Amino acid sequence: MNPFKLLLLAVGLVALFVAPIGQGNYIIYTLNSWLLFSIAAMGLNLTLGYAGQVSLAQAGFMGIGAYVTALMTLAGIHWIFAAVLAISSCFLVGLMLGYPALRVQHHFLAFVTLAFNTLLFLVLRNEEEMTGGSLGLVGMPRPDIFGLSTGGNLQFYYFTLVCFVCAAGVMWWILRSPWGRAFMALRENPIRAESLGLKVRRQTLLAFAIGSAFGGLAGAIQAPLVQFIEPHSFGLIHSLKLLLMVVVGGSGFFFGPMLGAAVVILLPEVLRFTEGYYLIIYSALVIVLMAYSPGGLIGLGQKLFDKFRPKQQARHDLKQGVQL
Amino acid sequence: MLRTFLGATAVALVLSAIPALGEVKVGSIIELSGPGAAAGTNFHDGVKMGFEEINAAGGVLGEQVQLSEYDSQTDPQVSRAMVQKAIDDGVYVITGTVFSSSTVVNMLVAQQAGIPQFTGSEAPSITQKGNPYIFRTTFGAQKGMPKVVKYMAEEMGVKKVAIVWANTEFGKGGYGAFMDEARNYGIEIVADLPTEQAQTDFSADVLKAKNSGADAVFVYLTEEESARFLREAQKQSIGLPLVGETTLIGAKVIQLAGDAASGAMGHVGLTADAGIPAITEMVDRFKAKYNYTPDHNAIKGYTAAWTIKCVTEMVGSTDSQAIADKMHGLTLTTDECPGVLMDATWDETGEMSRESFFVEVENGKQTVKAILPPN
Amino acid sequence: MAEFLQLILSGLAAGSIYALAAVGFTLLWQASQTINFAQGEFVMLPAFFVLVGMTVLGLPLWTSIAFALVLSLIVLGLMFKKLVVEPMLPHGTLPLVIATIALGVLLKESVKEFYGATAQPFPAIFPQTVYNVAGASISLQDIGNLTVSMLAIVGLQLFLGRTRTGRCMQATAQNPNVAEILGVNVKRMVLYTFLINAALATVASVLISPIYLAKFSNGETLGLVAFIAAIVGGFNQIRGALVGGLLIGVIDNLSAVYISAQYRSAMPLILLIIIILVRPQGLLGTSEGRSV
Repeated sequence: MNPFKLLLLAVGLVALFVAPIGQGNYIIYTLNSWLLFSIAAMGLNLTLGYAGQVSLAQAGFMGIGAYVTALMTLAGIHWIFAAVLAISSCFLVGLMLGYPALRVQHHFLAFVTLAFNTLLFLVLRNEEEMTGGSLGLVGMPRPDIFGLSTGGNLQFYYFTLVCFVCAAGVMWWILRSPWGRAFMALRENPIRAESLGLKVRRQTLLAFAIGSAFGGLAGAIQAPLVQFIEPHSFGLIHSLKLLLMVVVGGSGFFFGPMLGAAVVILLPEVLRFTEGYYLIIYSALVIVLMAYSPGGLIGLGQKLFDKFRPKQQARHDLKQGVQL
Repeated sequence: MLRTFLGATAVALVLSAIPALGEVKVGSIIELSGPGAAAGTNFHDGVKMGFEEINAAGGVLGEQVQLSEYDSQTDPQVSRAMVQKAIDDGVYVITGTVFSSSTVVNMLVAQQAGIPQFTGSEAPSITQKGNPYIFRTTFGAQKGMPKVVKYMAEEMGVKKVAIVWANTEFGKGGYGAFMDEARNYGIEIVADLPTEQAQTDFSADVLKAKNSGADAVFVYLTEEESARFLREAQKQSIGLPLVGETTLIGAKVIQLAGDAASGAMGHVGLTADAGIPAITEMVDRFKAKYNYTPDHNAIKGYTAAWTIKCVTEMVGSTDSQAIADKMHGLTLTTDECPGVLMDATWDETGEMSRESFFVEVENGKQTVKAILPPN
Repeated sequence: MAEFLQLILSGLAAGSIYALAAVGFTLLWQASQTINFAQGEFVMLPAFFVLVGMTVLGLPLWTSIAFALVLSLIVLGLMFKKLVVEPMLPHGTLPLVIATIALGVLLKESVKEFYGATAQPFPAIFPQTVYNVAGASISLQDIGNLTVSMLAIVGLQLFLGRTRTGRCMQATAQNPNVAEILGVNVKRMVLYTFLINAALATVASVLISPIYLAKFSNGETLGLVAFIAAIVGGFNQIRGALVGGLLIGVIDNLSAVYISAQYRSAMPLILLIIIILVRPQGLLGTSEGRSV
C-alpha cells in the first residue's frame, strides 16, 4: 500500500469517526444501518464479486445471525458469545447449503439459496415457540463491551464502527492472502485455475461460507440496533436488495459494497422530493448503470477516470510481443 | 441581509422556546411503499385531508399545521428510523404506522422522546405494553373480537366454527383474540386454517372449511385475499355463513368479489354505509378529492387528524406531554369535535372504545343488522 | 374421494397458469441464458393494459385484450430485448440478472404509482358456470384456463418442432454460433423468442386476473412459483415447464390439506432442492453437459 492510499484510508477512518458527532438520532441511526449493511454486502461481495457466485440468501444469513444473537442475548448471554455463535452457524449453514449446489452447475447455487431464504422465512414465522413467529422478538439488550455501555445511539454507532473496521480488516486480509488471490483466479478463469491445481469447488464453497458468515455478523449487530426482529426483515426481497447494493457499488471492488449500501440506504432520502417515484427512478437508474458499466459505480468512476487521465503511450512495436 | 439576520434570530428564538410557538408540525410515518402501501396510502390520505380541512378552518390554536410524510416502506427498521427523523424534525405528535409489526418497533422511539403517537394498528399487543404515548384510532382486535363472537354465539347460535386467517402479524393478532373469545363462549374450533400473505388459490382452504362440519366460517384475511376466498367459496357453494371482522365486508372486498360477497357478514368499527351522515359526507369529500373509495384506514386517519386538533386545543398548547396526559381517559363527542365522526373514548392504555356495527352484505352494499355498544 | 378430486382439479387449474409463466422463463433462458426475475411482473402487467383499454380508452373487453397484446409485444417483447437485454449481453449474465430484478421493481412501482395500489376487479373471459364432477366443483373458468394453456404450450411445441422458423429458433437456442454459420438469422430468432414470451405472458395475465384480481404486487408470488416450476420441470424443455407447473399447482393444494397449511409454500421449495440434488436437469430436461 502506498503512502497516498494510507493517507486516504486514515482520512476515511477519521471521517467515519466524526461523521455522527453533533448529528440527530436519525442521522446516527442511518449511518449505523449503513455500516451494518456494508458488512453484509462485503460478505456477499466475496461470494459474488470475487468468487463469481450469485447468492440470493444473504438476508437469510443476516436472519440467522440476528435470531441466534437475539435468542442468546435475551437469555442473558453476553453479545460477544452470541455473535461468535451467530457467525459460526452462518458459516456452517453456508457450507451445508453450498456443498450440494456447487456439485452441479454454477447457477444452481442461486436457485438453492433462493429456496433456502424462503424456507428460512417460513421456519422463522411458523416455529413461534422459539422465534416469536410473525410477531417477532422485541427488546434485545445492547451490550456492554469492557464495561462500556453501548445503550446510547452514538455509543452504539462506535460499537458498530469497531465491528465494521474489524470486518473490513479481515476481508482485506482474506483478499490479500494467497487464498484470496485464488478466489480471483477462480472468477477470471475457472478452467485455468483448476488446471493450475486450485480446488475450484472447495475454494468456491469457502468463499460462499465466509461471505455468509459476514451476513451473520451483520445480523448479530442488527438485533441490538433495531431491538426488534421479525421474519419479514430477512425475506428474499432483502436478499435482492443486498445483491443490488453489491452490484450497484461495484462487485469485485473492495469499496464497492460500502458505496452500494450508501446508495441504497441514502437514495430514498436524496430522492425524497420525487415522492412516490423514487423506486421507479432508482430501478431505471440501475438498469442504465448495468448497461453502461457492469462494474457498478466504482467501475463507472474508473472508466471516466481512465478517459480523462493522460495516457502513457505504449510503444507500438511492443504490442505484438505483449499479445504473445 | 438584515431581514435574513432578523429571520434567523427569530427562528433561533422560536426554536429555543419550549414548546415551540408558531410552529405546529405533525409527522405522518406511514407505509407508502411495500406490501402495506394500500392500507398506508388510505390512512395517509385520510390524515392529509383531515389537516387540510383543519388548516382551511383556521388551523390548530390559530396556527397552520405543517404535515410531513415519512415513508416507512413497510419495513420495521425503516419505520423506526423515520419516527426518529420526524422527532428530530421537531414534530409534536405523530400519526401511523398501520402495520403492527412496524408500530411495535417505532412506538418505542416515540415513547423515549415522549411524543404522542396515533397509530392505525389493530394488533392487541400495541396497547398492552404500558406505553403511555400510544393511542389507537380504532379499537384493537381484542375489543372487536368479543363483539363478533358474542354476536355469533348469541344471535346466530354458532357452536362449531372454522377459522380462516392470514398467517401474518395482522392475522395473528386477530386470530389470538378470536380464539380466546371462542373459548369463553364455548364455541368449538373444528378447522384452523392459516393462509399465506398474497395467497391466490383458496380451493384447499374452502374445501377444508366446507367439510369441517362447522356452523359458520370466520374469515380474517386482508382485502384481496378476502375477495379471493369469497369467490372460491361461491364456486364450491360452501353453504355456510361467512363471518368476518372489518375487512371481509369492506367496500373494497365487495367491489372485488362482486356477487360472491352477498351474504357475507361481520363486524365493522367504521363504515361508510353506517347511515351516519358525518361519515357519509366525509367519504364523499374523500372520493371527490382522491378519486377512490376510502376504506376504514382512511377514516381512521381522518379522525386521527381531528383528534389531534381537538385535544391540542383542549390542552391549549402543543406540549406533547400534556397532550398525552390529556388523552388518557378522554372522551371526545361529535358535539365537541365533529371531525371524530363518532363519539370515542380512550382509556389509560391508549386503547379506544366506540360504538360499532354488525353488517351483512346485500346487493353489493353493507346493511347494518345491529349497532353494538362500546365495550 | 370427492375431496381429493377437488384438490387435483383446482390444482391443475392453478398449475396451468404457472406453466404458462414458466414456459416464458424457459424460453428466455434458452435465448439469452438468463433468469428473468421480472417474469412475475410480466404476467402482472398485461392485465393493467387491458384495464387501461377498458377504463381509460373505453374499449370493449376483447378489443382491450388485443390492445394489451400489442402493447405487451412492444413493451415486454421488443423494448425488453432492445433496451434491457441487448445492452447487457456483452457483460455476461450477472448484470442482466440485476437488470431484470430492477425491471421487476420498475414495472411494479410504475403500476402502483400510475394505476393504483389496491387490487382491481378484472372482467371474466368465461361465463361463471360451475360444474359438479363426482362431488367436486370445477368452473368453466378453470376448464378454460387449462385448455387454453395446454393449447398454447402444445402449439408452441409443434411450432418449434415442425416449422422451419421454429427449428431455426431451436438451433439458435442450442448454439447461436453454429446457427449463424448455417444461415439462420440469429437476431430475428431471438426476437421471436421475446415476442412469444410477451404473448404468453399476456395470455396468462388475462386468464388469471379474473381469479387473482389485478394488483401491482401479483408478480412477486407468481414469479417465484413460475421459476420453481421451470426448474422442476426442466429448464431447457418446453414440456418440462408444463409438467412442472401442473405438478406445483397440485402439490400446493395437496400439501395444504394433507401436510401442513403453515408449510404449504415450503413443499414446492423442498421439491426444488430435491430436484437440484437428484436430477439437476429437471424432470423432463436433458442434461446440458456444460459446467461453466
